[in-house]
Amino acid sequence: MTDMAIRYRGVSKVYPDGTAAVDNLDLDVPAGSLTVFVGPSGCGKTTSLRMLNRMVEPTSGVVEVNGRDVSSIPAAQLRRSMGYVMQQSGLMPHRTVEDNIATVPRLNGVSKREARANARELLGSVGLDESLATRYPAQLSGGQQQRVGVARALAADPPVLLMDEPFSAVDPVVRQDLQRELLDLQQRLHRTIVFVTHDIDEAILLGNRVAVFARGGRLAQYATPEELLRAPADDFVADFIGRDRGFRSLSFENAPVDLQPVTVLNADTGERTVVGPGSANPAPWQGAGAAASSGWVLAVDARHHPVGWLPVDERGEAAGREELRVGGTLWHRGDSLRTALDAALSSPSGQAVAVSEDGAVAGVVPGEDVMRAIEAQRAARHDRVESA
Amino acid sequence: MNWLANNWSSVLELAGSHLVQSVVPVVIGLLVSVPLARAAAGSRWLRPVLVTGSSLLYTIPSLTLFVVLPLILGTQITSVGNVVVALTLYVVAILVRSCVDAFESLDRDVLQAATAMGYKPVRRFFGVELPLAVPVMVAGLRVATVSNISMVSVGAVIGIQSLGTLFTDGLRRSIISEIVVGIVATVVIAVVLDQLLRLLGHALTRWQRTGAGARRPAERRRDKNGPGGARGGAGALATVESGGAPA
Repeated sequence: MTDMAIRYRGVSKVYPDGTAAVDNLDLDVPAGSLTVFVGPSGCGKTTSLRMLNRMVEPTSGVVEVNGRDVSSIPAAQLRRSMGYVMQQSGLMPHRTVEDNIATVPRLNGVSKREARANARELLGSVGLDESLATRYPAQLSGGQQQRVGVARALAADPPVLLMDEPFSAVDPVVRQDLQRELLDLQQRLHRTIVFVTHDIDEAILLGNRVAVFARGGRLAQYATPEELLRAPADDFVADFIGRDRGFRSLSFENAPVDLQPVTVLNADTGERTVVGPGSANPAPWQGAGAAASSGWVLAVDARHHPVGWLPVDERGEAAGREELRVGGTLWHRGDSLRTALDAALSSPSGQAVAVSEDGAVAGVVPGEDVMRAIEAQRAARHDRVESA
Repeated sequence: MNWLANNWSSVLELAGSHLVQSVVPVVIGLLVSVPLARAAAGSRWLRPVLVTGSSLLYTIPSLTLFVVLPLILGTQITSVGNVVVALTLYVVAILVRSCVDAFESLDRDVLQAATAMGYKPVRRFFGVELPLAVPVMVAGLRVATVSNISMVSVGAVIGIQSLGTLFTDGLRRSIISEIVVGIVATVVIAVVLDQLLRLLGHALTRWQRTGAGARRPAERRRDKNGPGGARGGAGALATVESGGAPA
């Protein structure tokens, strides 16, 4: 799957008043990859996307999809061969959810019954209940509407999926779900997806490759998210990525850190044990030891899921429940250094709480250890660059 | 009421003729207005020409039109055809305007999505634009129909049979009952047709009375132009949560 599904060759779009929306764009999108076009408003990212299904015709240059010049394919036929998801779901308000999803198959002449049956199946794959099939779009929440929009785009089983800021109008929590589900979906389906966003975080999270557009329709950089954060091509890209790109680039580093044992206190029974690598888990608590020296014990519930931290005094006595400090973010083993650092920084005790897959406490990683790992990574990278 | 009992069949006949003269122009007028309005909607030069032109049309007194039309069409002055043509013009005058509004009220995102899905223009018109334009269009259609029913009576002045004939005849012969029957019959026809259109609109816009669709058009417009522009996403969610009871 290394062949190029989409090629732009010297593509420009200049409007009659002389403004250039896209300026001499050369870009290849590999088949089966998720490529993100990102940039500030007016940078030509959406215009470039819309050239793929001929919603916009270029002033000059050639756009190829799967080896064919799109201008040689009748527009309606071309569009039915690509899924399209837009910011406002763009669902037909007068059609039920199932009929909305069935739109393109129906245009292609598939029978109503077959198209609806297929639509109901698709509801499940975008995380919606089948009972929504006969609702009207106005009866759905914004997030549900976007999911229906994705299902509609997938209905005709198109090899290419165009997504124009599909998640930017939903609230942040729902957006996170939708992003995660898109990645899951892509792992199963391996479509060629072109995704437009103005949100660099979304671009870095989702993209196999990211194309950063600058004002005036110039392609400023086209690279993997990792390269983008590590080596921005110019000041514009560096500026657009933002100040905390060093922090964000940690997302791509696995954390080679060792877990340390931690004293945990069952919040219900008051029983203390020690959890950590190497020991029988959980091991009986031997006395003040580590807890007293760190000044904290980790409170857990009956299932050993972390609840928060309790301060301990010099004799090792834990404070009462009213002193409980809500814990920080959690670090799953194998997560990135960024998550580990965040878990350490957000933890009242300065120790990142590591949990196993079932959510039970597995140990802790002190903040210093995370920093040491980051420093080791940086040094290793630096060596790599020097020796290269 | 003796008068009615004695003239029952002729009243019925006049009512039938009145009904035909009311409905035929509405149907023809609708068929003419929809394509005109679709062409005018969003067009920089056709829109002002048609919208202003149709408003001007409405200012021509109906009696004048009834008298002048035979000269233009070459028909008999007492021909029903004159009334039908004249009233069609009035229907067009009202409907073009409201159909233009109907097409311009369509959600651009929905239209764009339809195009991006691969709709060709004709199918998009019948499958998407027309059904979505129905709510605004029906409102205009009801006004046109009711005003038409009252205008049919004017034809009686130049001798064209309709319920208006009861007015001219009753006036000439000083029969008050005849005039009252004419008025009541006209009102009954107007109310019945108006309710039929309301039900038709109701049946065609079931999707509107669910969730966010239950909001009145004015609210929806405000939503669209409002600063937040929270359409679809938060907007729809909020209305669903606020109950979304049928309006």
